[in-house]
Parts: sequence; structure tokens; C-alpha cells
Amino acid sequence: MTNSIAEISQAKAILVIGSNTTEAHPIIALQVKKAVRKNGSKLIVADPRPIALTKIADIWLQLRPGTNIALLNGMMKVIIDEGLADQRFIAERTEGYEEFKKVVDRYDLELVSQITGVPASLIQEAARIYAQAEAASILYAMGVTQHRSGTDQVLAIANLAMLTGNVGKENSGVNPLRGQNNVQGACDMGCLPNVLPGYQSIADPHILSRFEEKWGVSLSNKPGLTVTEIFQGALAGEIKGLYIMGENPMLSDPDIHKVEKALRSLDFLVVQDIFLTETAQMADVVLPAVSFAEKEGTVTNTERRVQKMNKAIQTVGEGMEDWKIICELATLMGYPMRYRCAEEIFQEIADLTPSYGGMTYQRIEQEGGLQWPCPSTQHPGTKYLHHRRFARGLGKFTPVEYSPPAEIADAEYPFTLTTGRKLFHYHTGSMSRRVAPLQEIYPEGYLEISAEDAQAINVASHEEVVVKSRRGEIKVRALISDRMPRGVVFLPFHFHESPANALTNPVIDPVAKIPELKVCAVKIERLATGD
Amino acid sequence: MEEKKIYLSINGKEVASAPSQTILEVARENKVFIPTLCDCQNLSPFGACRLCLVEVAGLPKLVPACSTPVAAGMKIRTDSEKIDQYRRLIVELLLSDHEPDCMFCEKAGDCLLQDLAYQYGLKNSRLKGERRAALIDDSNPFIERDNSKCILCGRCVRVCDEVQGVSAIGFIGRGFQTRIGTPFNRKLNCEFCGQCIASCPVGALTSKPARRKGRKWQTRWVKTICPYCGCGCNLTLHIKDNEIVGVHSDSSSPNEGYLCSKGRFGYEFVHHPDRLQFPLIRKGGQLVRAEWYEALRLVATKFQEIKSRHGNNTLAGLSSAKCTNEENYLFQKFVRAVLGTNNVDHCARL
Ligand code: SF4
Ligand code: SF4
Ligand code: SF4
Ligand code: FES
Repeated sequence: MTNSIAEISQAKAILVIGSNTTEAHPIIALQVKKAVRKNGSKLIVADPRPIALTKIADIWLQLRPGTNIALLNGMMKVIIDEGLADQRFIAERTEGYEEFKKVVDRYDLELVSQITGVPASLIQEAARIYAQAEAASILYAMGVTQHRSGTDQVLAIANLAMLTGNVGKENSGVNPLRGQNNVQGACDMGCLPNVLPGYQSIADPHILSRFEEKWGVSLSNKPGLTVTEIFQGALAGEIKGLYIMGENPMLSDPDIHKVEKALRSLDFLVVQDIFLTETAQMADVVLPAVSFAEKEGTVTNTERRVQKMNKAIQTVGEGMEDWKIICELATLMGYPMRYRCAEEIFQEIADLTPSYGGMTYQRIEQEGGLQWPCPSTQHPGTKYLHHRRFARGLGKFTPVEYSPPAEIADAEYPFTLTTGRKLFHYHTGSMSRRVAPLQEIYPEGYLEISAEDAQAINVASHEEVVVKSRRGEIKVRALISDRMPRGVVFLPFHFHESPANALTNPVIDPVAKIPELKVCAVKIERLATGD
Repeated sequence: MEEKKIYLSINGKEVASAPSQTILEVARENKVFIPTLCDCQNLSPFGACRLCLVEVAGLPKLVPACSTPVAAGMKIRTDSEKIDQYRRLIVELLLSDHEPDCMFCEKAGDCLLQDLAYQYGLKNSRLKGERRAALIDDSNPFIERDNSKCILCGRCVRVCDEVQGVSAIGFIGRGFQTRIGTPFNRKLNCEFCGQCIASCPVGALTSKPARRKGRKWQTRWVKTICPYCGCGCNLTLHIKDNEIVGVHSDSSSPNEGYLCSKGRFGYEFVHHPDRLQFPLIRKGGQLVRAEWYEALRLVATKFQEIKSRHGNNTLAGLSSAKCTNEENYLFQKFVRAVLGTNNVDHCARL
């Protein structure tokens, strides 16, 4: 997030796009509610489904799945045409405007309305509200990134913010909401194939040599493979050994049949986790780790706040902290790692990661967490990013074009399937589904479908159906929901009994390599009756 | 915008305040204690319990401090014989309709009503009246409501409406019959965030999973961060005999003490019997129990073997968005420095 969570309630206009905030980021949703109810902010929600926030929204743009770019471009054209762009911001802080304008110019309201299914007047009104607000904030999540065009969608959002000068200021900015408790930290720490901790490029020889010196080894400057490419590599026999720490791609990744095949093709698979997950069941060696309550360390939330986790209970069984397991393995492989505690590792992180440079355990605890960048021990941390200057200097407008999702509903697969989270569960369910009350309140996955569609295919609520895509099929109960528009069905991905990702399309965004989990085409069949 | 200061006096002492503040706020700022029941952080003043009544010179009646704005030159008294008697009467009235079963109550030791009864030395209320029978609603797995203990302070109703924006509950009925519940013609539309439990000053709303596992003050508290989503809510775990038995969140934390159902009730998995207790190695197609040194050695040997036979870049690692920064840092260091490849990623693209 470029802003802090607390700033959201101070924004005068909020655009929520591709984020079912109430279910996936409940506490951030409270800020949105506060903005609307207490501070009179305007709320625009762009989502194919009516989410909880649409109830309090001033405008709900119910667009077709996968048409975000068309919508955003349409809004930008309105803003430019009506003279609502922030010319001063554009002149002083950005580049590439003319180029960008040429592309956006082609998105007139008629066309955009046709692509998105949203009435032109609503798009116009939304554009005005966003552009005229004194401070406007955009919140987005997986509904934007999990598309083949995910990177372009993020760029379109950045364009909109720059066009109106709504970034780099208090209370206004671009705020991606990160799904898991330490996604932000995993990225910050360089668990990415092309960057070291703090997003320092492996291609930069100065940086690489600093790490080589500190770590006492020579390092490769050849970018590695992304998660999707790793599985492809395994299938092709190019990846032989895989070490998975605390993840369950057998449920979370698209087209799990393919993932399963990939994992089976490996010579050697090591999984480190606290449960015998679907992925761990396929491993050659399973290493028992410990839960959050049994260890000390830091995590970084979606507002870049580094906070401290503390050990609350003694280890269950013979489980070991993940970092200790890694140290043991490294030492056995001839690279001694001898840290006495998590804090010692953190000191090394601060030393090698400029944005964490001023952080210590003591400061984090005393100051209620610290938001990066925090480059020196005197630095108070950073509430919002890009003040006065973008990381790259000038902000760059990148023109992006709408392209339809890779797979569109057709005669054979007439429904558009979209996937996501439910409030009472989390990710692949390995934690939340082992919590009795959460499980009791939401015991199984449902296929959400509109009443009209259910009627058309003659399916009753709670009836078990078979959902098929070009990649696989699952059995699941149907749930008639007034939240679904016609032609669109929804599945949560937390449930191994009805794994949504047996169906999803692994086609990836060419830049971010994120798969298109949010849109694919399916058909729905009734189970043979009478047995 | 800086508000202009005004001056007034509390218990004879001159104090400064902003004109938009309430008497209660100014008193708190100046460390003058006024007892309250229905007042609650972040919620609009309700003025229902009358416990916060104070004297203002020139006004014929006592006024509620929580909902009365200050004015320049106001002369306020927060304790006097009259106020004391008044407060005592209020507490007595509340006790007259409250089952005194502190012995069994989850809230004992952490209950505002119990504290007040103790403070005023009220063993039994002189006012004998009709009592509401225990009215227990435990139709959901998270929250138990006992309306016979409810003092109708409305904190739960306000937090559900003003903070959570759900309005799942409200006041129903009137007079002696008034209680808190789901409006009849609506289905329960609850998100089970437990904000209402946290705001209830008495034992009327309690967490079901935490029942009889140890009262809050009997447990050891450890501050940590919620293991679920990226909001990073602060949690305080309640520990008893090496078990997490409850959770609360500090109102001074960035999440202001608010949580969702996962953060508040989602800790049981830590103690689930499915937890992996020891390393496993595949032998003859089956995963079987192994010793640590055996498992670690096998991993180290296999990785070495693949490395020397097929090259560094045939190895890869996927790290976790659920592990700490320290662990993620070491993981990529391991993959880069020990396995010798940049094939490291995490599943957050998903
Ligand atoms: S749990 Fe949350 S949503 Fe349900 S009644 Fe309490 S405050 Fe309202
Ligand atoms: S249930 Fe608790 S918070 Fe709600 S009105 Fe009764 S006493 Fe107050
Ligand atoms: S309590 Fe809920 S909103 Fe807060 S971090 Fe945990 S899962 Fe996220
Ligand atoms: S606290 Fe003022 S009336 Fe209850």
C-alpha cells in the first residue's frame, strides 16, 4: 500500500476494485465503512458481484468479469475530456502522458459501456467523483492481479491515480491489499527469482558483490524461475528437486491436476509445514515446523508495517522453527548457518536491506511496529510512499489496452467461473478448517449461482452438481445467491473436497506471471438423479 | 485546524480544553476518574447508564459527563455526597435485576458491574424486584449471550452498527422486557467478529470457545500478530498450561482492538491433533516416522546429489507468505547461497 490503513478513513473518495474487502481484509473494510459513515466519503465499488460494501456504496459499477481495464480507461477518458485531470501533477511529476492519452482516447463511453456492461452515466459519475475528491484512494486485491492482464490492470490503476494527482499524498494513493499475513514480507525478503532482499536487483553487480561478500559465497546473476515456471520446469524434467516451506500449491495453484503431475515428476520433494497438507502428502521428506504461536520473529503487513510476533507456547511435538530447520540443512550441506535467535537474523536483514536499515527489535516493539522505508535508526518510518518523488523519479504513464480474458464462456462452457475467499476461511484452509467453530459456521464450499441460471439448468439450492472446465471437474453443492449476476458463478478455493483450482486456467500474465484465477469458462451438470 | 482553548474547572482545579470535548473527555485528560458503564472507545455517547453523572454549578440537575459538552467557565464537581448516593442507587438498581453468580461467570474479575458492587460494598441489593430469568442464546458456535446479565448499556449494539456496520443486533421490546437480540423479522446477519463480546462490560456476552478454559486474568498474556490475513492485527493470546485459551486485542493497537472471526476465534488449529509431530520419510511408497537427523541428512544428501549430477538450476524453493521475515530471508539465502540458484519464489502471486 502506498498509504497506511488508518488513512483510508480520511480519503474523500474511495474506489474499491477487485477486492471483496469485507471477506478478505475485514479490518480494512472497517476503515472504508468509517470513511463513509463518519466522514461522509464517497464510495465507488467496481465488482461483478454485489459485495458487502456495495450496500453502502454511492456507486456500484457491476462490470463483467475481466473488464477492469476497459472500465478504468473509460473513466480516464471522461476525466480528460471534462478537464478534470490534474495538469500540474502531470507536468511536474510524470512522463509519457501524451502517448497514454492517445490510447485512452479510443475508449469512449459507448464502447466501454458495451464491453463492461455498465451504464455510461454511472461510469461518468464515478469518474467525476474520483477526480474531484480532494483526496482519493484506490483499494484493489486479487480481483485485479489474478488475470492474464493483471500487470496491465495494475498499470491502469496507477495511471488513474497519476492522472488526478491522487498518489504520493496523505490519504490518497494506490493500495494493493495483500492476502496473507506475510506476503509483503516474503517479497521484501527477496523470495523472488530476480531480486535480493529489499527489491535489490540481482543484475546489479555492486549489489550482488555486497551480498557475496557478506554471505561469503559467489552468487548467480541469472534470474530464476517463478512458481508457475518451476512447475512447468518440473513437468519438462528441468527441475529435479523442490523445497517447499509452508505452502500448499496443491490447492492454491491453478489447474491442480497439472501441479500434481509436476510434483510427481520431481526426483525429490521436501515439504516443511505444520500439517500434512495435500502437498506434503506427495513429499519424499516432510519436516514438521511450528505454528505462529510457537515462534518469535517479525512479519510485515499490507501497509508495510513490520511487527513482532512472540513465542507464546512451547513447541508441539518435535516440530522445529522454520529458520532452525534451514540452519541445520545449510550446515549439513557445508554452509554453516549459526544464528542463536531470530533477532540475530533480523540484524543481518537490517544490515543488507536499506528499507529495513533503521529497524531493531527494540524499536519495533516500542514504536508499535515500523513502516518501511525506515533507512536509519533516527528515521520514524514512512506513513505513505512517493511523497514529492517516485522511486524511479518521474511517474510513468503506461498506456494499456483492454484484452478479453483468455477463456470466454461459449456454447460448450456457458458459465464464467470466478474464485475467491470467504470470511470464515483462509487460503487453502489448512488452518481455518481445523478450527471447530469456523468449520461449523461454514463447513463446505458452495458454487454460488444466480436464481435465474439455477432455474435455467434446473438445479435446486443445495443440490450437488458437477462443474466442468476444459481442465477438470469437481462435485460441489450449488447455492442460489442473489449476489451472483447471470452467467457468472463463484467458488471459494479453501476446500479440498471441492477444489476450485481443479478448474481454473493456468494461463499467466506475461510480466507478473500471475495466473488467471479469476476468470475461466465452465459448464454445470446435474448429478444423475434416482441413485 | 487548531481549536481555540476554553477554560473551566473540575473539582476546583482550573483546566483547559477544546470546546468540542465532553466533560468526560476533559476529566480523563486531566486524570480525574468518573465511573462509566455505557461509554466506550470510538462509539458515540449514549447517556443511558447515568453512572457518569456530575454536578455543574448553576444547573439544577446532575448531568451525564459522557454526553455533555463543556462550556467556558463551567464549574464541575465529579464527586460529592449527592453524586455518590446517586451512583450507589444506580448500581443497586442494576444489581436488583442481575443474577449474582459471579462464582461461575466468565467475566468475574474483569467485570465493571462486579467492580462497582465491590466499590460500593453492595452485597445484596436492598431493592428486591423481579429478575429476568436466564435467557441464554448459544445458537452459534462463537458467542454466548445471557440476557439476564445484560445491563442494557448498548455498547454491543453500537459497536455492531457504528464500527462493524452490520447492525445484527438491537434493543427489542420495552420497559422491563427490553433486551438485546436479533430483530424478529430479520435473519441473523452476524459476521461473528466478536466486537460485541469485547465491548460488553459484563458477562452477558462471552466467547464460547473460551468458556471455562480460564478467566482472562488467570492466563498469561503474550502479544503477537494474527496469522491469517495481511491486515496484521495485533493479538494478545491468553495462555494457560501451554494452551491458547482465548484472544483479545489492545484498543491502543493499529487495529484499535477490532478483529475478525478468524483472528478472534481462529486459534484452535495450533492444538489440533493433526499437527505434524515428527519428521516423515517416504519408504516403500509410505510416509513413515523418522528421526530429525535422518530426515535432515537425507534432504542434504539428495540436494547435493541433484546439484552435482544435474546442476544448481535443477533445484528450486518455494517460500511461505505465512512464515516470518527472518525465515523468508534465510530461505532465499539458503536457495541462493547453498543450492546456488535464483529459483526461489513464493505463492503470493496466487
Ligand atoms: S459478532 Fe460482530 S457482527 Fe455479530 S453481533 Fe457482534 S458485533 Fe455484530
Ligand atoms: S449485552 Fe453487554 S454490551 Fe450489550 S447491552 Fe448488554 S451489557 Fe451492554
Ligand atoms: S483478525 Fe482478521 S482482519 Fe485482522 S489480521 Fe487477522 S484475519 Fe486479518
Ligand atoms: S457513561 Fe455516561 S451515561 Fe453511561
